[in-house]
Amino acid sequence: MTEFLAVAWKAGEVPELLGAAGTLGGGDETALLFLGGDEEARQAAARWGALHRIPGIETRLADTGSVAGALAGAQKALFAPVVLLPSTRRGKETAGRLAQILGAGVLTDVHRMERGEGGAICCHRYALGGAAVSVQRIGTAVQVIALDPGSFEAAPERGPGPVNELSVPLPEGSVVLREARPRVRDTVDIAAADCLVAVGLGLDRKEDLALVERLARAVGGEIACSKPVATDRKWLPEDRIIGLSGKKCRPALAVLLGISGQVQFTVGIRDAKTILSVNTDENAAIMTLSDYVFIADLREILPELAGKMDAGPG
Amino acid sequence: MRIAVAMKPVPDLLQIRMKDRRPVLEDVPVVLGAIDRSALEIAVELKEKTSGHIVVLMAGDGRLEDTVKEALAAGADEALLIRDARLNGADGSLSAHALAAGVRKIGPVDLLLFGEGSTDNYSGQVMSRVSEILGIPQAGYVRDIVVEGETLIVTRSLEDEEEILEIRPPAAFSVLSEIREPRIPSVTAILKARKKPATVLSLDELGVGTGSGAGVETVSTLAPMTGRKGERIPSLEELVRVLRKEAPGGGA
Ligand SMILES: Cc1cc2nc3c(=O)[nH]c(=O)nc-3n(C[C@H](O)[C@H](O)[C@H](O)COP(=O)(O)OP(=O)(O)OC[C@H]3O[C@@H](n4cnc5c(N)ncnc54)[C@H](O)[C@@H]3O)c2cc1C
Ligand SMILES: Nc1ncnc2c1ncn2[C@@H]1O[C@H](COP(=O)(O)O)[C@@H](O)[C@H]1O
Repeated sequence: MTEFLAVAWKAGEVPELLGAAGTLGGGDETALLFLGGDEEARQAAARWGALHRIPGIETRLADTGSVAGALAGAQKALFAPVVLLPSTRRGKETAGRLAQILGAGVLTDVHRMERGEGGAICCHRYALGGAAVSVQRIGTAVQVIALDPGSFEAAPERGPGPVNELSVPLPEGSVVLREARPRVRDTVDIAAADCLVAVGLGLDRKEDLALVERLARAVGGEIACSKPVATDRKWLPEDRIIGLSGKKCRPALAVLLGISGQVQFTVGIRDAKTILSVNTDENAAIMTLSDYVFIADLREILPELAGKMDAGPG
Repeated sequence: MRIAVAMKPVPDLLQIRMKDRRPVLEDVPVVLGAIDRSALEIAVELKEKTSGHIVVLMAGDGRLEDTVKEALAAGADEALLIRDARLNGADGSLSAHALAAGVRKIGPVDLLLFGEGSTDNYSGQVMSRVSEILGIPQAGYVRDIVVEGETLIVTRSLEDEEEILEIRPPAAFSVLSEIREPRIPSVTAILKARKKPATVLSLDELGVGTGSGAGVETVSTLAPMTGRKGERIPSLEELVRVLRKEAPGGGA
């Protein structure tokens, strides 16, 4: 009997889920349930054999109620008390409904796990908007844990194996998918960048982004931003957001331009080696999180700064 | 259309201090969840289009009357406040049972709106749990809602794709902050809000039993170590020098 049931929607999610189970001693026995469509499933089966499928579920993925119902059936059929899912938007949404059906406790956005007293699984996740880290344990017999993508070591491939079709009821849903539009993902992964130049609402002219780009090029950095720059102003793609609902980054250098430093932002940058902030407000919260601060108006200094940095050393 | 909006009373994070790395929550004022205010804003828009009615639901252990005034001023018609000592530090399961009982109390609703995540806990589970308890369809991470006859057309925004869904009410959605910019209520709206009804009930009065929490135990909550020196850079020339020195590639 296995302790863990790992549930993946996409092949790319599998290595970390199995890796996370592995760190808790789950290893090869971890049951893997794959929800993705045919081509993805074939790929997954070739690399992570011995996977379970629920026939027909790939056409229902937009209906969380239906998916959670089927997953609850799978959990019962496989007797795995700990269900691991990716803490993607779909994963989180499903986790709550699944937990409710199973009478289970659920923790989402878990970025670290270890065994505590009596083998209990201790989960680390951010609390108070990112201002603190909580260590929490689920006390129910069945546990649902959603794992923050990018936080766990990938497990090696298990090689091809059989695909087991689970015959669990697939609840009739009432959500109709009219259309799915793929989103163009950014080619740059700011979480992997060695240097970031991030802009906040303090940069108030869109045309100044060009100057920020020049500065980023000069320091060898990628452009990133606080959430409202992407979601409200739509000046940059959402993949560039640093923070609680964006990416957790740990560059060698982070240059923060016009960012106030609210906890939901700082949680994504506080592991940077060096932080340099430019802000008009010497009392901004970001000051206490910075190694260097420069009090200035971005409108005034950006042209000259970009020019001087362009010119290169000497 | 009858709409219920779940708005969480949360501590104002800007006012939390850390003592020995532990958050001090005493005397921190309670405010409305940031994303929940966007949920209320789209509710107001849908209400105006369908001559509907909005009930705000709040569950917490403290005084909720002052906090909810803002929601009533921002366009809600009435409020059901679920106040109970058991809701102090409640996990998502207990909050969900409280809110679901609240929905049953206020009578049939067509649409239940939530924030994508609460400002303090950000667990994104309460909407899903409430939907399951009430046995209604759900959609999370909604960036737009349009009424088309009897059907709701919602845009769900995921990391790799956007889905356009057709859902017939009753249904529950969690929304992204960008769905609508929350309004700042006018003075007249604030004055009018005083006359709007707000009912207060306890968990017992709603019939929510003690077994409703799902046993998540918090071992510790600690702020990370910080301790950066915050050195002032005196001039632009010095800024250029520091950037060159600290840039991982040498800033050439
Ligand atoms: C559940 C939840 C999740 C969230 N997740 C995230 C997240 O992942 N990432 C995120 O970033 N936010 C997130 N937020 C939003 C967060 O709370 C803040 O609203 C946001 O980080 C503020 O962005 P900002 O610092 O760019 O803007 P502001 O707070 O408005 O700060 C702008 C700063 O620019 C300075 N400034 C103004 N003019 C100038 C000038 N001319 N020159 C120089 N400086 C200037 C100001 O002094 C100020 O410090 C989340 C919120 C919630 C509720
Ligand atoms: N105690 C509460 N009272 C009212 N609404 C709540 C409460 N807890 C959670 N919610 C709603 O559920 C959403 C998601 O919360 P969470 O699952 O904790 O991230 C919030 O944005 C609110 O809309």
